[in-house]
Amino acid sequence: MTSAQETRTTQNAVPPIPPAKKKFELAYALRSNVVPLFFLVICVIGAYYSGLSLPFLLNEIVVRMARNSFLVISLIIPILAGMGLNFGIVLGAMAGQFAYFATVNWQIAGLWGFTLTCLLSFPLAVFFGWLTGKLFNSAKGKEMITGIILGFFANGVYQLINLYFMGNLIPIRVPEMLIPGGYGLRNTVDLKIMHYALDNLWKVRISIPGSIMPIVVPVVTLAVIALLCVGMHFLFKTKLGQEFRATGQNRHIAEVSGIQVDKIRILAIIFSTVLAAWGQIIFLQNIGNMNTYGAHVQVGTFAVAAILIGGASVSKATIGQALMGTLLFHTMFIVSPLAGKNLLGNVQVGEYFRVFVTYGVIGVALALHAWQGKAKRKT
Amino acid sequence: MAAYRLEMRDIQKEYFGNRVLKGVSIRVEPGKIYSIVGENGAGKSTLMNILFGMPVIHNTGGFSGEILMDGNPVRISSPQDAVDLGIGMVHQEFMLLPGFSIAENIKLNREITFPNMVSRLFGSRLQSLDIPAMRRDSRKALDRLGLSTLDEMLPVAGLPVGYMQFVEIAREIDKEKTKILVLDEPTAVLTESEAEVLLATMRRLAGEGISILFITHRLDEVLAVSEDITVLRDGEQVATLKTGEASVSRLAELMVGRKLEAVGCDACAPSPKGDKTLLKIEDLRVDMPGERVRGLDLDVYEGEILGVGGLAGHGKIGIANGVLGMYPAEGKLILDGKELPLNNALEALRSGMAFVSEDRRGVGLLLDESIETNMTVTAMQCQEKFLRRMGISLADGGAIRRHALKMIRDLDIRCTGPEQIVRRLSGGNQQKVCIAKAITLEPRLIFVSEPTRGIDVGAKKIVLDLLVRLNREMGVTVVITSSELAELRSICDRIAIIYNGKLEGVLPPDASDVDFGLLMAGEMSHSRKEAS
Repeated sequence: MTSAQETRTTQNAVPPIPPAKKKFELAYALRSNVVPLFFLVICVIGAYYSGLSLPFLLNEIVVRMARNSFLVISLIIPILAGMGLNFGIVLGAMAGQFAYFATVNWQIAGLWGFTLTCLLSFPLAVFFGWLTGKLFNSAKGKEMITGIILGFFANGVYQLINLYFMGNLIPIRVPEMLIPGGYGLRNTVDLKIMHYALDNLWKVRISIPGSIMPIVVPVVTLAVIALLCVGMHFLFKTKLGQEFRATGQNRHIAEVSGIQVDKIRILAIIFSTVLAAWGQIIFLQNIGNMNTYGAHVQVGTFAVAAILIGGASVSKATIGQALMGTLLFHTMFIVSPLAGKNLLGNVQVGEYFRVFVTYGVIGVALALHAWQGKAKRKT
Repeated sequence: MAAYRLEMRDIQKEYFGNRVLKGVSIRVEPGKIYSIVGENGAGKSTLMNILFGMPVIHNTGGFSGEILMDGNPVRISSPQDAVDLGIGMVHQEFMLLPGFSIAENIKLNREITFPNMVSRLFGSRLQSLDIPAMRRDSRKALDRLGLSTLDEMLPVAGLPVGYMQFVEIAREIDKEKTKILVLDEPTAVLTESEAEVLLATMRRLAGEGISILFITHRLDEVLAVSEDITVLRDGEQVATLKTGEASVSRLAELMVGRKLEAVGCDACAPSPKGDKTLLKIEDLRVDMPGERVRGLDLDVYEGEILGVGGLAGHGKIGIANGVLGMYPAEGKLILDGKELPLNNALEALRSGMAFVSEDRRGVGLLLDESIETNMTVTAMQCQEKFLRRMGISLADGGAIRRHALKMIRDLDIRCTGPEQIVRRLSGGNQQKVCIAKAITLEPRLIFVSEPTRGIDVGAKKIVLDLLVRLNREMGVTVVITSSELAELRSICDRIAIIYNGKLEGVLPPDASDVDFGLLMAGEMSHSRKEAS
């Protein structure tokens, strides 16, 4: 056979694949975004019945986006690395809170205090992330439940340290932080000295015609979040990002191609934990005080619910989904109590609905993941 | 320069005292295609694992023998070493990431990158991917394989299997150093025409100077492309031939041929075989992972011992599992004139069939229960034997004990008593308990899968004798599935060979090695296809 003939047989025998359709299909777009669309409808209905004015609503949304986006984005890397929803970000939040205890104790105020808190939380979060990653590597495929239980366990250690060691083993200079007995942190730690440290750097007021209340935009905080998004985007275009994605798709194949899978997985969790620590610090500087024993508890569940509402799944997530999820989830937070009251005469109903949705959406996402896994095995 | 690109000299390998390679030597010339053929378990994969430095080899005590490349001795202790030496491996199962594009897969972990500000600070891991350059390289590799119409940016997920195979090869030849390409059964998943393209591509690559080690069951392909052929059987190198000296039938004979051990009872009466069809299987499809059955028609005659053979992965194990409802199945079963529902293990057992599973310790036995419980549990569940009715059903301990003692005596099960836990028994005795459990159901038709797997030689003969006795003395029809052809030939009346999930042919036990080899390699259906 001559080489020309060979080439021809090759082309004849293996027919070309028709190019994928690039046309925009409405039905497909609807189907693939059904979750965020569903919640969008709920939010619009809720907003209508809540009776809140649009400027007030927008103001609240901006505040909450600035507060929460960072935490939600911290979930993306582990999802892409195939480790599911990282409930272990609770440990990151704890790292942030420990750093706050230090800076409040030293009474370092304002932006300096905020920056120092971020710096101090970094080594702690790296350490916690490393431990979490180690644990997840010995519980491959069960990272999510492991992360939830790890959160409970870490909470115990956190309480031990703050209830018995603070003021005892760890000297505390500021007596207001402690329970009158002399040791153990109070239920609430005042962060007044760093309140709005980041938000107040530059606030732009946008006045809306026909309304007395302007919308206040914390530009720097939003800029930090934008910077994080750009950084994430950059990361996924690098060799390291490719290794995250390869590990996420198939551990075995990644390993055979020479990627050090275990190290990559630990690294993914460290990234996530550090971002969560910073996210929690941004969150708390906006609130202005810290519920010592409760601020971190719901961080994992709320962030996870938000990213899922944005349309992410256990194995797929984008920055857009994280932001969209934060928007929808917190809009629901704002409107549901009032909508519940106006519709059914009871604030509790709206509250109930919100809690129901938070846990319900996580449950549905996990069940969907399990079903998809089953379907995949069948084919 | 040495005349041989690769030499493996006197390679020997033991797994836990079991010699799986007994001195194999191969010599591959540059730009030549060298084929290795053999049945499952002949040692082909082990040989390739040694060449590729797979951890499984070094975790089990390494191997003895020498590997030379271009005349120089080399040490290959990890897959990375093998890659550095220029050995490219296309594995039997695909090593492609479905969500990545073809280009990303070809360049997996060998991505082309360029530095940026961040990477200067934090190290080369953070260098940006140079997608255009990766595309260019992939394009080149694909063009070399004659796939100029395939877009390198398509995701692998939707590609036909044939293409995936080519993407794997493209990845290997894209590595500049690749001098030896190992193809482990590359045509197993391809259609006839795709396989031809692949063979043409192999010839072209060989023409460019790459040596190819080709591992396959398909004998006609071996003859079509390779210059040298080595036949392995039970870890032994039974022959090394030039293509000119070989033919399909000669290779088949070499591959299968082995001395028949006289098992069974030659002295007993012939089986009470009639011409009545007991079980008719029509177009059976079973979704058992790794052992799919794809449209099988088979008749089982009353009173016979039917053997079911074939290479691993071709579906012979799936048949019994599908008929007995262990794995999802479609098709039609007619037992003694009545149609049986599929996917219903209870109904299958109640209709007078029994199953001795190949997965003795997983499916066959309750490992932490006593011998007597194991023997009677199925009969209690399906036939309500050994039960006392007193409003609610209670186990009848006395009847169970009497039955167990009788079985232990009849089958000569070596144990401390009927209360012994079966986990503590040897493999052969566990198998006897499994058979006893099946007999307790008093079946008309018994399916036995891999009855001698993992038990020692002495026990093998006893188990096989037992099956023959079952057939001769109790008139039970036996369908026995086994990877050991010799075993089937020693006790069966007919042997059905399964290839690619379908019945390839039925042979008498005294048919020649050549015929068995041809059927197992699927040569019949190949030639049928060619004729049509």
